[in-house]
Amino acid sequence: MIPELGHFSLILALILAFVQGVVPLIGASRNRLALMSVGRTAAQGQFLFIAFSFGCLTWSFINSDFTLQLAAGNSHSATPVIYKITGVWGNHEGSLLLWAMSLALWTVAVTVFSRNLPEIFMARVLGVLGLVSTGFLLFLLVTSNPFDRILPGAPEGRDLNPLLQDPGMIIHPPLLYMGYVGFSVAFAFAIAALLSGRMDAAWARWSRPWTTVAWVFLTAGIAIGSGWAYYELGWGGWWFWDPVENASFMPWLLGTALMHSLAVTEKRGAFRSWTVLLAIGAFSLSLMGTFLVRSGVLTSVHAFATDPARGLFVLALLVLVIGVSLTLFAWRAPTLAGGGSFGLVSREASLLGNNVLLSVACGSVLLGTLYPLFIDALNLGKISVGPPYFETVFVPLMTPVIVLMMIGPFVRWKGDDGNRILRKVGPGLIASVVLGIGAAFAIGHVTWRTALGLSLAAWVLIGSAQILWQRLADRQGAGSGSRLRGIPAAWWGMWFAHLGIGVFIIGVALVGSLNSQIQVKMLSGDTAQLAGYTFTFRGVSNAPGPNYAAARATIDVSRGGVTFATLTPEKRFYEAQGMPMTEASIDIGPLRDVYVNLGDQLEDGAWVVGLFYRPFISWIWFGCSLMALGGIFAASDRRYRRLAEREAPAGAARQAA
Amino acid sequence: MKAKFLVPLFIFLLLAGFLGYGLKLNPREVPSPLIGKPAPTFRVPQLQVEDKTISPEDLKGRVWLLNVWASWCISCRYEHPVLVEFARTSPVPIVGLNYKEVRGDGALDVKGLDPVTELASARQRARQWLVEHGGDPYMVSAVDLDGRIGIDYGVYGVPETFLIDQQGVIRYKHIGPITRESLRDVLIPKIAELQRAS
Amino acid sequence: MLMRRVALVAALLLPVAGQAGEAVPVSDDPVLEERVMRLSHDLRCLVCQNQSIAESNAPLAVDLRNQVREQFLAGKDEAAVVDYLVARYGDFVLYLPPFKGATLLLWLGPGLLLVAGAGWLGWRLRRRVREVPPPLSAEEHARAAALLDGSAKPSQESRS
Repeated sequence: MIPELGHFSLILALILAFVQGVVPLIGASRNRLALMSVGRTAAQGQFLFIAFSFGCLTWSFINSDFTLQLAAGNSHSATPVIYKITGVWGNHEGSLLLWAMSLALWTVAVTVFSRNLPEIFMARVLGVLGLVSTGFLLFLLVTSNPFDRILPGAPEGRDLNPLLQDPGMIIHPPLLYMGYVGFSVAFAFAIAALLSGRMDAAWARWSRPWTTVAWVFLTAGIAIGSGWAYYELGWGGWWFWDPVENASFMPWLLGTALMHSLAVTEKRGAFRSWTVLLAIGAFSLSLMGTFLVRSGVLTSVHAFATDPARGLFVLALLVLVIGVSLTLFAWRAPTLAGGGSFGLVSREASLLGNNVLLSVACGSVLLGTLYPLFIDALNLGKISVGPPYFETVFVPLMTPVIVLMMIGPFVRWKGDDGNRILRKVGPGLIASVVLGIGAAFAIGHVTWRTALGLSLAAWVLIGSAQILWQRLADRQGAGSGSRLRGIPAAWWGMWFAHLGIGVFIIGVALVGSLNSQIQVKMLSGDTAQLAGYTFTFRGVSNAPGPNYAAARATIDVSRGGVTFATLTPEKRFYEAQGMPMTEASIDIGPLRDVYVNLGDQLEDGAWVVGLFYRPFISWIWFGCSLMALGGIFAASDRRYRRLAEREAPAGAARQAA
Repeated sequence: MKAKFLVPLFIFLLLAGFLGYGLKLNPREVPSPLIGKPAPTFRVPQLQVEDKTISPEDLKGRVWLLNVWASWCISCRYEHPVLVEFARTSPVPIVGLNYKEVRGDGALDVKGLDPVTELASARQRARQWLVEHGGDPYMVSAVDLDGRIGIDYGVYGVPETFLIDQQGVIRYKHIGPITRESLRDVLIPKIAELQRAS
Repeated sequence: MLMRRVALVAALLLPVAGQAGEAVPVSDDPVLEERVMRLSHDLRCLVCQNQSIAESNAPLAVDLRNQVREQFLAGKDEAAVVDYLVARYGDFVLYLPPFKGATLLLWLGPGLLLVAGAGWLGWRLRRRVREVPPPLSAEEHARAAALLDGSAKPSQESRS
């Protein structure tokens, strides 16, 4: 009964999504306020029905209703409740429902937080979001109904893939989807602007916080996914350039470009068509990620069980949404020229430069990801494009981005004196290169890659310190406390996010050059050495879990004779899936992680133990946290609320006139 | 002036075309670089006749099929009846390559197994499987205990089938189980073509 | 880079080798193992869902790792081992695709994108520059300030 309610509720949501997609747009074109205001109600109703539907599905999973095909395939009665719940999105159908729910949630958020938007603009935004939602709900109901029954029901479920039975599964997919789908708001704002022909500073200002918040979710989602892979896959890697990882990274790159481009459009009215294109592009890449994950055109560790019929449906949806948007763009964008003029050396120019570089980086990732497909389609053979390619291509492309990133904030809007900038940043740049190379020598790992990484990191840190200093010096007279308080949140956002990149680079550069690992055979009492740490094997005991059997090793880690951690890696065997899993155990530290995993037992009774030393790896995620924090600061700037309120009546008046 | 705004649309449509075409492709099927190259040589014990060996050289001058199989391979069960049926009328010999019969079976613990015992065990398992699954379609089967021959032939999934010509050159590779359709539409015509060429 | 890391690993192992209760490395030759794993990370497991043969424990991945080890032991270098595998499985096994006709666009693509992007950027900026007067120099700032003070006569000089 419950699944049927969920199914029915989903159908109602589809009807509401369709209403939300059509009526307000008609209202907007005929300037009928009554029709326009339907959108808001429909959006909120749609969300409630999807949430109810999602609740029904979750209920069936929690109660192990194995007459529900999805639960039978992805859950088990002995699975802990939390993984019964995460099992809901550990499959194609359920994750798509989560996708749809995220979209509905973002739409409701727009109706709540952007109440001051002109009615006609809001109607168009909600209409666009409604149409996208209609497409996805149709996709769900037509090809991927999560509420399909099997009768008679399965006596027991096949359980969720053990790889997914992890705390990472609780937050990674929801955050990632909120990020992916969040770009739909920026997209809808862009389409609404194209429809209305109104694309001014106010439009950019409305768009900015939404874009930034989506970017924060995406940043957090990707970072958590990478951290999860780091400890779950059991050999200490953290990014694999897998097609599905790339599918999340490409919207991130374009989304980053979009945030900066919006800043210029808001402040100076420039780059308007470019900004719109980026907004369409970021969301298009999110949609394409959905296609790549679910169609089976590329092999990936993360792909769902695939089905060409679904692939065709998503592709059709893709062509419709993106094709129409880009056609609209081609038709309307030529009217968007103009905006404030600026010089060759100016904040605008530096932001545009970074935009171009980020887009080129994104294009390169896209090229590498899809190239095997191109070659195969042209019947030129089969190739693989993997981490070594992306590392070769990506590092040189990102280097100028990082350099420019710390120069930009020094440059004035409209135009600046190149020599003045050079005098400002020159010493820092030189010092960074010297420091970077010096540091590479100091750690005894002199390669151009390490030296480059450390130089870039030094540049970000020096630049950050310098720009903060300058910001404080600009406000002479006041006390340092009030000077700090006087800096707007948006500025802190920029500062923290950029600093985060520097911290991130330190992590990447050091873990890449200083990591070490060894596999040893250990019996009780045995010790092994790695990177100055002593690992003492204390034996293996049984540690059965609710739905798995496990052997748990106890390993003491000491340094200089002092034991500071006891690690307990496990080797698990998940009965329902018949799948062995290694569960690494990590001592996380600010300067290094010590990482241990347990392999097989050998004939002589010894265990194979993998020992890993990962210096500074936590800086990678610390850097990501700083970026996300920066995004939160930027989005929370009071200015948006104040200006939105001030702008709204004016906008409304203009529309009415 | 306006044309430049159409560029994104064109790029996207091109991309969508490729993505759509990609739906028809199988990204996991890897073509063999050995096509047109001499079949790698080997000499290993036969499966059925205990004291004899088999080598591709023994088949020089004939067109033949090399079919990679194992008793633990699930897809081989679907392929087997087709092979048995084809063997009755086949114009060319089918040679089996029994691939990692013992080691390939994930259910077995093979640590410390000596080669003699492994060979005996492989023979016993493979023969029994042939009996249980409708007979032996192979003129002769080679035993590849450790999978070395498999690697030389670029085998990555069992079953796989190679078509080799009179000069010992690999002409075609079929990946996955042979079906009646693939036999009729691809393999038999290719065999006929090679035989005509001689 | 490789040698340095190898030296580091070896240095850690040597002083303690032979002590009671000291764990034995799984590999008899950790230096070799390091080389095997390093190369294995760049080789694709054919039967897996996009994993390297270093990451995967699929039987074929294990076999191929053993092949890599054997070939190294036989004195072959990285390039020879890669050639050995490519001869059997094709370019598909390489995560770093070779530079050849079919991969021309893959390898030149990012560069072309960069050139196109830079070209577009340059064109865009140049067009903008024509519309905007360059910024004031310090001297001009001073003159402007003086003008505002009313202490100097307006200059006839105008900038284009």
